[in-house]
Amino acid sequence: MDRTTVQRGVRFARRVLLGSPTAAVGTTLLAVHLGLALFGPGLAPHHFAQFDILHTLEAPSRAFWSGTDQFGRDQLSRVMWGARGTLLLATGSTLLGVGLGVIVGMTGAFYRGLVDEVLMRIVDALMALPALLLAMLLLTTVGANPVYVALGIGIVFMPRSARVVRGVALALATSEFIDAARARGERGFYIIFAEMLPSALAPIIVEVTIRFAYAILLATSLGFLGLGAPPPAPEWGLMINEALPFLAQAPWLAVLPAVAISTVVVGANLVGDALREALALRGLGEAA
Amino acid sequence: MRVVAFLGRRLVLVALVMAIVSVLIFGVVQILPGDVAVMILGTSATPADLATLRVKLGLNRPAPLRYLDWVGGTLGGDWGISLLYQMPVRPLVLERLERSAVLAGLALVVAVPLAVGLGVISALRRNGLVDQTVGLVTLVAVSLPEFIIGTALILVLAFRFALLPPASLIDPGTSLWRAAPRLVLPTLTLVLALLAHMTRMTRASMLEVLEQPYVRAARLRGLRPRRVIWRHALRNALLPTVGIIAINVGYLIGGIVVVETVFAYPGLGRLMVDAVNHRDVPVIQMAALVIALAYALANLAADLAYAYLDPKIRY
Repeated sequence: MDRTTVQRGVRFARRVLLGSPTAAVGTTLLAVHLGLALFGPGLAPHHFAQFDILHTLEAPSRAFWSGTDQFGRDQLSRVMWGARGTLLLATGSTLLGVGLGVIVGMTGAFYRGLVDEVLMRIVDALMALPALLLAMLLLTTVGANPVYVALGIGIVFMPRSARVVRGVALALATSEFIDAARARGERGFYIIFAEMLPSALAPIIVEVTIRFAYAILLATSLGFLGLGAPPPAPEWGLMINEALPFLAQAPWLAVLPAVAISTVVVGANLVGDALREALALRGLGEAA
Repeated sequence: MRVVAFLGRRLVLVALVMAIVSVLIFGVVQILPGDVAVMILGTSATPADLATLRVKLGLNRPAPLRYLDWVGGTLGGDWGISLLYQMPVRPLVLERLERSAVLAGLALVVAVPLAVGLGVISALRRNGLVDQTVGLVTLVAVSLPEFIIGTALILVLAFRFALLPPASLIDPGTSLWRAAPRLVLPTLTLVLALLAHMTRMTRASMLEVLEQPYVRAARLRGLRPRRVIWRHALRNALLPTVGIIAINVGYLIGGIVVVETVFAYPGLGRLMVDAVNHRDVPVIQMAALVIALAYALANLAADLAYAYLDPKIRY
């Protein structure tokens, strides 16, 4: 990578991330969450599982900025500890889901015929169940564990991403530079990943931003349903579920996790919108 | 006759999808990793207990045979016995299905006209005050999971203003009329979640139609704007709306599962969540199958509506 490429990359990133007021808001929100994920456990005043039986269900105060739960655990600290797990889970499941989708979609579009037919019928079968239902079923046997949740969400995303990528790749597969690669006698593996993939990068990046926001919604929903990390994990969805029985006495318990979830999803959606606009202006296959 | 043949073909397709889905459900729940008996009893169970449970569930037989047993039983009306509730699965699932259907129906009846109206107005007044407000509100709303919308509504409407009951526990005997106040909050939550998605999609499809040459032609002919919108643009913008509703049935099903948990509403989604949390395999399988069937039938209905509305699609 020479210097001008880096400079162009930086210019492009600045244009996307700070190009409009809404994009700047989204970037700020994501930056705050990234900061929390990196430094949250270090900055948090308490450990996420530290009980304090003298201060249970306390309203927000100077000692406990966001109040305490039924075990006297500091809610602010729990939310700060939770950022890392949520972002890791969403990132992992997005990369897995879109990655599998790219492989399946590109392979189908490149080989066509029987290969494409078989892959697309598998995709159809996985799409015949609503996303949340499929995720619940996948988690039935393996039990609550963040790694399995990430795997489950990745499998839920695979068919959806595969359809998007296949649509893009079908147009690419008939273009002249792919014909040229075939004529040179390149192997299918090489053509798919070295020739087609770089040209399809723009829509794939957009797909990643859409999936990332949705991954957080799905992961926290599963946590809320009790299918994510088991207690006492500081998982934001689980924290809202645990706050429900105390909603009348301690409404503050639900507020901070809800703010945390919605700000990270709004941030991802805003940055995704900005990225989509910027990439659309540059046209297909010109991603920085 | 052609209509009947078309419907027949579509129904065969639904049956095919359900066959594949049933294999998927059975495979995921029973074959993927490990042992259902260990999953139910835990790793500390004695070998004797495990053996008894395996015989009770028929787990000592090969998986393909068990699958055929399950499908045969399901088609013949014997849906098995719930491990958690110790009662036949069929009445359990059907009763819960009815309650969920009421919730889903109410949400759709309220959300669809509202979403179409808001989407069309936003598109017509593009970048106007209404459009920007709707755009911002729906952007925030699509970023909120249903359980946050529901919790916020409980905090405001049930606790702050004490207008509505915070939970929706309904005794089995209660008539729907008596239960009506308890349906308001769950319905409202689903409506808000659906509205956000559907309004954004309707706006996009209406904008697309407004840019079509025939709309310009109608304007240039000097037709009144109102007439252009109602007679020319709206009709064609409504067609994609059918597809939009169909897409949102998937969201709606996921939303119902979550909303029923928020409000402790005794529907199929909550049954499914409880069954998964308690490893109640017979209930998990049947609840999943029934939900999948509802999803397939909703898609079928959308196909039929498409074919009816669009003369270009032949039977």
